Amino acid sequence: MPKVKGMIEINQERCKGCGLCISVCPTKVIEFSDSFNSKGYHPAEAKAMDKCIACSFCYHICPDVCITVYREIESA
Amino acid sequence: MAMQIIQKKPESLTDKEFTYCPGCTHGITHRLVAEVLDELGIREKTVTVGPVGCSVFAYQFFNTDATVAAHGRAPAVATGIKRARPDLCVFTYQGDGDLAAIGTAEIMHAANRGEKITTIFINNAIYGMTGGQMAPTTLLGMKTTTTPYGRNSNNDGYPIHVSEIIKETKGVAYLARVKVNTPQDVQKAKKAIKKAFLAQLKGIGFGMVEVLSTCPTNWGLDPVAALKWLDEHMVPEYPLGVFVDKVGDEQ
Repeated sequence: MPKVKGMIEINQERCKGCGLCISVCPTKVIEFSDSFNSKGYHPAEAKAMDKCIACSFCYHICPDVCITVYREIESA
Repeated sequence: MAMQIIQKKPESLTDKEFTYCPGCTHGITHRLVAEVLDELGIREKTVTVGPVGCSVFAYQFFNTDATVAAHGRAPAVATGIKRARPDLCVFTYQGDGDLAAIGTAEIMHAANRGEKITTIFINNAIYGMTGGQMAPTTLLGMKTTTTPYGRNSNNDGYPIHVSEIIKETKGVAYLARVKVNTPQDVQKAKKAIKKAFLAQLKGIGFGMVEVLSTCPTNWGLDPVAALKWLDEHMVPEYPLGVFVDKVGDEQ
Protein backbone atom coordinates (compact mmCIF):
# COMPACT_ATOMS: atom_id res chain seq x y z
CA MET A 1 0.00 0.00 0.00
CA PRO A 2 1.28 3.48 -0.78
CA LYS A 3 2.11 5.60 2.22
CA VAL A 4 0.61 8.79 0.86
CA LYS A 5 -2.99 8.80 -0.23
CA GLY A 6 -4.08 11.21 -2.87
CA MET A 7 -7.06 12.08 -4.97
CA ILE A 8 -7.44 13.85 -8.28
CA GLU A 9 -10.35 15.67 -9.77
CA ILE A 10 -10.55 15.93 -13.56
CA ASN A 11 -12.57 18.63 -15.24
CA GLN A 12 -13.91 16.36 -17.94
CA GLU A 13 -15.68 19.10 -19.87
CA ARG A 14 -12.37 20.91 -20.30
CA CYS A 15 -10.42 17.74 -21.16
CA LYS A 16 -9.49 17.12 -24.80
CA GLY A 17 -8.60 13.46 -24.37
CA CYS A 18 -4.94 13.83 -25.34
CA GLY A 19 -3.94 11.06 -22.92
CA LEU A 20 -0.75 12.70 -21.63
CA CYS A 21 -1.85 12.24 -18.01
CA ILE A 22 -2.48 8.56 -18.68
CA SER A 23 1.03 8.18 -20.12
CA VAL A 24 2.79 9.70 -17.09
CA CYS A 25 0.73 8.29 -14.20
CA PRO A 26 3.13 5.96 -12.33
CA THR A 27 0.37 3.95 -10.65
CA LYS A 28 -2.04 3.79 -13.61
CA VAL A 29 -4.88 5.59 -11.90
CA ILE A 30 -6.19 7.28 -15.03
CA GLU A 31 -7.86 5.80 -18.09
CA PHE A 32 -9.97 7.13 -20.92
CA SER A 33 -13.64 7.43 -20.08
CA ASP A 34 -16.10 5.30 -22.02
CA SER A 35 -18.43 8.28 -22.40
CA PHE A 36 -18.02 11.48 -24.39
CA ASN A 37 -17.86 15.08 -23.24
CA SER A 38 -19.68 17.84 -25.11
CA LYS A 39 -16.65 18.46 -27.33
CA GLY A 40 -16.84 14.84 -28.49
CA TYR A 41 -13.66 13.60 -26.82
CA HIS A 42 -13.29 10.62 -24.53
CA PRO A 43 -12.00 12.51 -21.47
CA ALA A 44 -9.57 11.14 -18.92
CA GLU A 45 -11.18 9.49 -15.93
CA ALA A 46 -9.64 8.43 -12.61
CA LYS A 47 -10.78 4.80 -12.50
CA ALA A 48 -8.47 3.50 -9.77
CA MET A 49 -8.42 6.37 -7.32
CA ASP A 50 -7.32 4.16 -4.41
CA LYS A 51 -3.91 3.83 -6.12
CA CYS A 52 -3.33 7.60 -6.29
CA ILE A 53 -0.21 8.77 -4.43
CA ALA A 54 -0.67 12.52 -5.02
CA CYS A 55 2.54 12.78 -7.08
CA SER A 56 0.96 15.52 -9.25
CA PHE A 57 2.58 14.19 -12.44
CA CYS A 58 -0.78 14.35 -14.21
CA TYR A 59 -1.24 17.95 -13.12
CA HIS A 60 2.22 18.90 -14.38
CA ILE A 61 1.79 17.35 -17.83
CA CYS A 62 -1.89 18.26 -18.44
CA PRO A 63 -1.88 20.85 -21.23
CA ASP A 64 -5.41 22.01 -20.49
CA VAL A 65 -5.14 22.50 -16.72
CA CYS A 66 -8.02 20.10 -16.08
CA ILE A 67 -6.63 18.39 -13.01
CA THR A 68 -6.81 19.33 -9.34
CA VAL A 69 -4.68 17.23 -6.99
CA TYR A 70 -5.56 16.55 -3.36
CA ARG A 71 -3.43 14.96 -0.69
CA GLU A 72 -4.62 13.40 2.52
CA ILE A 73 -3.35 15.14 5.63
CA GLU A 74 -3.22 13.86 9.17
CA SER A 75 -6.06 15.42 11.05
CA ALA A 76 -4.93 16.45 14.52
CA MET B 1 -8.59 12.32 7.34
CA ALA B 2 -9.00 15.53 5.45
CA MET B 3 -8.03 16.22 1.87
CA GLN B 4 -5.89 19.23 1.10
CA ILE B 5 -5.53 20.73 -2.38
CA ILE B 6 -1.89 20.63 -3.44
CA GLN B 7 -2.19 21.55 -7.12
CA LYS B 8 -4.92 23.45 -8.87
CA LYS B 9 -5.45 25.84 -11.75
CA PRO B 10 -3.51 29.04 -10.98
CA GLU B 11 -5.31 32.34 -10.35
CA SER B 12 -3.50 33.98 -13.24
CA LEU B 13 -5.38 31.85 -15.78
CA THR B 14 -8.94 32.67 -16.74
CA ASP B 15 -11.62 30.00 -17.02
CA LYS B 16 -11.50 30.24 -20.81
CA GLU B 17 -10.67 26.90 -22.39
CA PHE B 18 -7.43 26.85 -24.36
CA THR B 19 -7.91 26.89 -28.12
CA TYR B 20 -4.93 24.60 -28.70
CA CYS B 21 -5.07 21.13 -30.22
CA PRO B 22 -5.24 18.16 -27.84
CA GLY B 23 -1.81 17.44 -26.37
CA CYS B 24 -0.24 20.75 -27.44
CA THR B 25 2.29 21.81 -24.81
CA HIS B 26 1.45 25.50 -25.22
CA GLY B 27 -1.05 24.88 -22.43
CA ILE B 28 1.65 23.60 -20.07
CA THR B 29 3.76 26.70 -20.68
CA HIS B 30 0.74 28.95 -20.14
CA ARG B 31 0.14 27.28 -16.81
CA LEU B 32 3.79 27.62 -15.77
CA VAL B 33 3.79 31.34 -16.52
CA ALA B 34 0.54 31.73 -14.58
CA GLU B 35 1.96 29.81 -11.61
CA VAL B 36 5.05 32.02 -11.59
CA LEU B 37 2.90 35.18 -11.71
CA ASP B 38 0.90 33.80 -8.77
CA GLU B 39 4.00 32.91 -6.76
CA LEU B 40 5.62 36.28 -7.32
CA GLY B 41 2.32 38.00 -6.53
CA ILE B 42 2.52 40.26 -9.58
CA ARG B 43 -0.65 39.34 -11.44
CA GLU B 44 -2.26 42.73 -10.81
CA LYS B 45 0.67 44.61 -12.32
CA THR B 46 1.51 42.36 -15.24
CA VAL B 47 0.93 43.11 -18.90
CA THR B 48 0.90 40.25 -21.40
CA VAL B 49 1.98 41.03 -24.94
CA GLY B 50 0.54 38.38 -27.21
CA PRO B 51 2.05 37.30 -30.52
CA VAL B 52 0.59 36.22 -33.82
CA GLY B 53 0.34 32.46 -34.15
CA CYS B 54 -1.43 29.71 -32.27
CA SER B 55 -1.03 31.64 -29.03
CA VAL B 56 -2.58 34.82 -30.44
CA PHE B 57 -5.43 34.38 -27.94
CA ALA B 58 -3.02 34.51 -24.99
CA TYR B 59 -4.85 37.67 -23.87
CA GLN B 60 -7.96 35.58 -23.26
CA PHE B 61 -6.15 32.99 -21.18
CA PHE B 62 -3.98 35.09 -18.89
CA ASN B 63 -5.91 36.87 -16.19
CA THR B 64 -3.78 39.99 -16.64
CA ASP B 65 -3.88 43.14 -18.71
CA ALA B 66 -2.90 42.26 -22.23
CA THR B 67 -2.40 43.44 -25.75
CA VAL B 68 -1.50 41.80 -29.05
CA ALA B 69 1.39 43.03 -31.16
CA ALA B 70 1.77 42.91 -34.92
CA HIS B 71 3.51 39.75 -36.13
CA GLY B 72 6.96 39.53 -34.54
CA ARG B 73 6.78 42.96 -32.92
CA ALA B 74 5.94 41.89 -29.39
CA PRO B 75 9.36 42.84 -27.92
CA ALA B 76 9.02 46.34 -29.45
CA VAL B 77 5.52 46.79 -28.03
CA ALA B 78 6.68 45.44 -24.66
CA THR B 79 9.59 47.89 -24.71
CA GLY B 80 7.16 50.76 -25.16
CA ILE B 81 4.90 49.60 -22.34
CA LYS B 82 7.81 48.99 -19.98
CA ARG B 83 9.40 52.37 -20.67
CA ALA B 84 6.11 54.21 -20.19
CA ARG B 85 5.26 52.27 -17.03
CA PRO B 86 8.47 50.93 -15.46
CA ASP B 87 6.48 49.84 -12.42
CA LEU B 88 4.68 47.14 -14.44
CA CYS B 89 5.89 43.66 -15.24
CA VAL B 90 5.76 43.09 -18.99
CA PHE B 91 6.21 39.80 -20.74
CA THR B 92 5.87 38.59 -24.31
CA TYR B 93 4.78 35.11 -25.31
CA GLN B 94 5.96 34.22 -28.79
CA GLY B 95 6.26 31.21 -31.04
CA ASP B 96 9.08 30.39 -33.40
CA GLY B 97 7.37 31.78 -36.50
CA ASP B 98 6.79 35.02 -34.64
CA LEU B 99 10.09 35.40 -32.81
CA ALA B 100 12.58 33.55 -34.99
CA ALA B 101 11.31 34.49 -38.46
CA ILE B 102 9.50 37.80 -38.87
CA GLY B 103 10.49 39.14 -35.46
CA THR B 104 14.23 38.43 -35.48
CA ALA B 105 15.18 42.10 -35.54
CA GLU B 106 12.92 43.04 -32.63
CA ILE B 107 14.08 40.27 -30.33
CA MET B 108 17.76 40.83 -31.14
CA HIS B 109 17.63 44.52 -30.37
CA ALA B 110 15.37 44.22 -27.34
CA ALA B 111 17.88 41.73 -25.92
CA ASN B 112 20.86 43.85 -26.89
CA ARG B 113 19.37 46.97 -25.32
CA GLY B 114 18.80 44.97 -22.17
CA GLU B 115 15.14 45.91 -22.00
CA LYS B 116 13.68 44.93 -18.64
CA ILE B 117 11.12 42.62 -20.17
CA THR B 118 10.62 38.86 -20.18
CA THR B 119 10.11 36.74 -23.28
CA ILE B 120 8.73 33.22 -23.37
CA PHE B 121 9.78 31.68 -26.67
CA ILE B 122 7.97 28.53 -27.78
CA ASN B 123 10.07 26.48 -30.19
CA ASN B 124 8.12 23.65 -31.79
CA ALA B 125 10.09 23.59 -35.06
CA ILE B 126 7.05 24.27 -37.24
CA TYR B 127 4.41 26.87 -38.08
CA GLY B 128 1.35 25.67 -36.21
CA MET B 129 -1.56 28.01 -36.89
CA THR B 130 -1.04 28.32 -40.65
CA GLY B 131 -0.90 24.56 -41.20
CA GLY B 132 2.55 23.08 -40.68
CA GLN B 133 4.87 25.05 -42.96
CA MET B 134 8.62 25.08 -42.45
CA ALA B 135 9.78 27.44 -39.72
CA PRO B 136 13.35 28.74 -39.36
CA THR B 137 13.68 26.31 -36.47
CA THR B 138 12.56 23.25 -38.48
CA LEU B 139 15.08 20.42 -38.20
CA LEU B 140 17.08 19.20 -41.18
CA GLY B 141 15.25 16.36 -42.90
CA MET B 142 11.98 17.20 -41.16
CA LYS B 143 8.94 16.98 -43.41
CA THR B 144 6.57 19.94 -43.43
CA THR B 145 3.95 21.07 -45.93
CA THR B 146 6.50 23.36 -47.60
CA THR B 147 9.39 20.86 -47.39
CA PRO B 148 7.58 17.64 -48.37
CA TYR B 149 10.87 15.79 -48.95
CA GLY B 150 12.38 17.01 -45.71
CA ARG B 151 14.29 20.21 -44.99
CA ASN B 152 17.39 20.34 -47.16
CA SER B 153 20.18 22.70 -46.15
CA ASN B 154 21.08 23.45 -49.80
CA ASN B 155 17.70 24.88 -50.47
CA ASP B 156 16.24 25.78 -47.09
CA GLY B 157 19.23 26.63 -44.93
CA TYR B 158 19.88 25.42 -41.41
CA PRO B 159 17.79 25.47 -38.21
CA ILE B 160 18.27 28.78 -36.38
CA HIS B 161 19.50 28.65 -32.80
CA VAL B 162 17.98 31.77 -31.35
CA SER B 163 19.26 31.30 -27.81
CA GLU B 164 22.84 30.71 -28.96
CA ILE B 165 22.72 33.95 -30.96
CA ILE B 166 21.09 36.04 -28.25
CA LYS B 167 23.38 34.84 -25.47
CA GLU B 168 26.21 36.90 -26.99
CA THR B 169 24.35 40.16 -26.50
CA LYS B 170 25.32 42.16 -23.44
CA GLY B 171 21.85 43.10 -22.23
CA VAL B 172 20.67 39.59 -21.43
CA ALA B 173 20.26 38.84 -17.73
CA TYR B 174 18.74 35.38 -17.95
CA LEU B 175 18.55 32.97 -20.85
CA ALA B 176 17.75 29.28 -20.74
CA ARG B 177 16.44 26.53 -22.96
CA VAL B 178 14.06 24.06 -21.37
CA LYS B 179 11.59 21.42 -22.48
CA VAL B 180 8.18 20.47 -21.18
CA ASN B 181 7.71 16.87 -22.23
CA THR B 182 7.97 15.14 -18.83
CA PRO B 183 6.63 16.15 -15.40
CA GLN B 184 10.21 16.59 -14.13
CA ASP B 185 11.19 18.84 -17.02
CA VAL B 186 8.00 20.85 -16.52
CA GLN B 187 9.11 21.65 -12.99
CA LYS B 188 12.60 22.62 -14.17
CA ALA B 189 11.03 24.82 -16.83
CA LYS B 190 9.03 26.60 -14.16
CA LYS B 191 12.20 27.49 -12.25
CA ALA B 192 13.72 28.92 -15.44
CA ILE B 193 10.60 30.97 -16.16
CA LYS B 194 10.61 32.29 -12.61
CA LYS B 195 14.20 33.44 -12.97
CA ALA B 196 13.44 35.12 -16.28
CA PHE B 197 10.77 37.13 -14.47
CA LEU B 198 13.09 37.86 -11.55
CA ALA B 199 15.64 39.26 -14.03
CA GLN B 200 13.03 41.83 -14.94
CA LEU B 201 11.71 42.49 -11.43
CA LYS B 202 15.23 43.02 -10.07
CA GLY B 203 15.94 45.39 -12.95
CA ILE B 204 18.96 43.45 -14.18
CA GLY B 205 18.01 43.14 -17.81
CA PHE B 206 16.34 41.06 -20.46
CA GLY B 207 15.09 37.58 -19.53
CA MET B 208 14.17 34.88 -22.01
CA VAL B 209 13.26 31.22 -21.79
CA GLU B 210 13.17 29.08 -24.92
CA VAL B 211 10.71 26.26 -24.38
CA LEU B 212 11.01 23.20 -26.62
CA SER B 213 7.42 22.32 -27.33
CA THR B 214 5.42 19.80 -29.30
CA CYS B 215 2.99 20.21 -32.17
CA PRO B 216 1.31 16.80 -32.45
CA THR B 217 -1.11 17.92 -35.17
CA ASN B 218 1.46 19.26 -37.60
CA TRP B 219 4.15 16.75 -36.74
CA GLY B 220 1.60 14.07 -37.63
CA LEU B 221 2.05 12.21 -34.34
CA ASP B 222 -0.22 11.39 -31.46
CA PRO B 223 0.36 13.51 -28.33
CA VAL B 224 2.30 10.85 -26.41
CA ALA B 225 4.52 9.99 -29.41
CA ALA B 226 5.18 13.71 -29.89
CA LEU B 227 6.65 13.96 -26.38
CA LYS B 228 9.06 11.16 -27.28
CA TRP B 229 9.87 12.68 -30.68
CA LEU B 230 10.86 15.90 -28.93
CA ASP B 231 13.41 14.02 -26.83
CA GLU B 232 14.77 12.02 -29.74
CA HIS B 233 15.01 14.70 -32.41
CA MET B 234 14.73 18.21 -31.00
CA VAL B 235 16.95 17.91 -27.93
CA PRO B 236 20.05 16.76 -29.91
CA GLU B 237 19.65 19.78 -32.22
CA TYR B 238 18.73 22.25 -29.49
CA PRO B 239 20.70 21.29 -26.35
CA LEU B 240 19.09 22.29 -23.08
CA GLY B 241 20.80 24.51 -20.57
CA VAL B 242 21.18 27.87 -18.95
CA PHE B 243 23.15 30.18 -21.23
CA VAL B 244 23.16 33.36 -19.16
CA ASP B 245 22.29 33.74 -15.48
CA LYS B 246 22.99 37.09 -13.83
CA VAL B 247 20.06 36.63 -11.44
CA GLY B 248 21.82 34.35 -9.01
CA ASP B 249 19.90 32.39 -6.45
CA GLU B 250 16.16 32.84 -6.14
CA GLN B 251 14.67 35.33 -3.70
